[in-house]
Amino acid sequence: MPSAEELRTRIEQAMPGAQVSVQDTTGGGDHFRAEVVSDRFEGLTRIQQHKLVYDVFGDEVGGAIHALSIKTETPTPAGDGR
Amino acid sequence: MTNDEIRSFIDNSIKENRVMLFMKGTPQQPACGFSMRTSGALNVLGVKYAALDILPDPRIRQELSELSGWPTIPQLFVDGELVGGCDIVMEMFESGELANLLGVEQPELDEERAEPEQPVQQAPIGLENRLN
Repeated sequence: MPSAEELRTRIEQAMPGAQVSVQDTTGGGDHFRAEVVSDRFEGLTRIQQHKLVYDVFGDEVGGAIHALSIKTETPTPAGDGR
Repeated sequence: MTNDEIRSFIDNSIKENRVMLFMKGTPQQPACGFSMRTSGALNVLGVKYAALDILPDPRIRQELSELSGWPTIPQLFVDGELVGGCDIVMEMFESGELANLLGVEQPELDEERAEPEQPVQQAPIGLENRLN
């Protein structure tokens, strides 16, 4: 069963330089919320930003990771990527 | 119904319904908190939308996710484009972007509202009846 710490590490490895925090929202090891701040999100739509994070986990989202709630931001808070 | 037929049903429903929500359960009886919040946002905006329950057959979700490239449910499409899942829809709802996209007024949000808004839903689009 994945842990919040494991998810955080995997996002950080896939997106070097990103600031990542992950919470296990139910304590059950299958519902998580990830907040990711990365300059790789710049110029991307929200859909594209969230997909970058989902892609770290592939088929596990919907499988072992029952739910992954995502909030993405760029380091410059002025734009929302649209 | 073959997988290809399910896929083209999904594709058509996205094209034919300006606001199309794929969810777990129905707007009247959502079967998951994320689907409930997403349909709830549409209900509060009072926008007419079509909804499809993905639970009756696992192939609906599988085909939908392959089509959209988005792994989770719910998925909201407006004008044929994927807007997002629960997180994005709720962010856009709270910022007023969703009302703007749908061409409706952002309502005054009242946290104390006693009764949930009722969905303004189109007639069920009836994939269930064709699955066998």
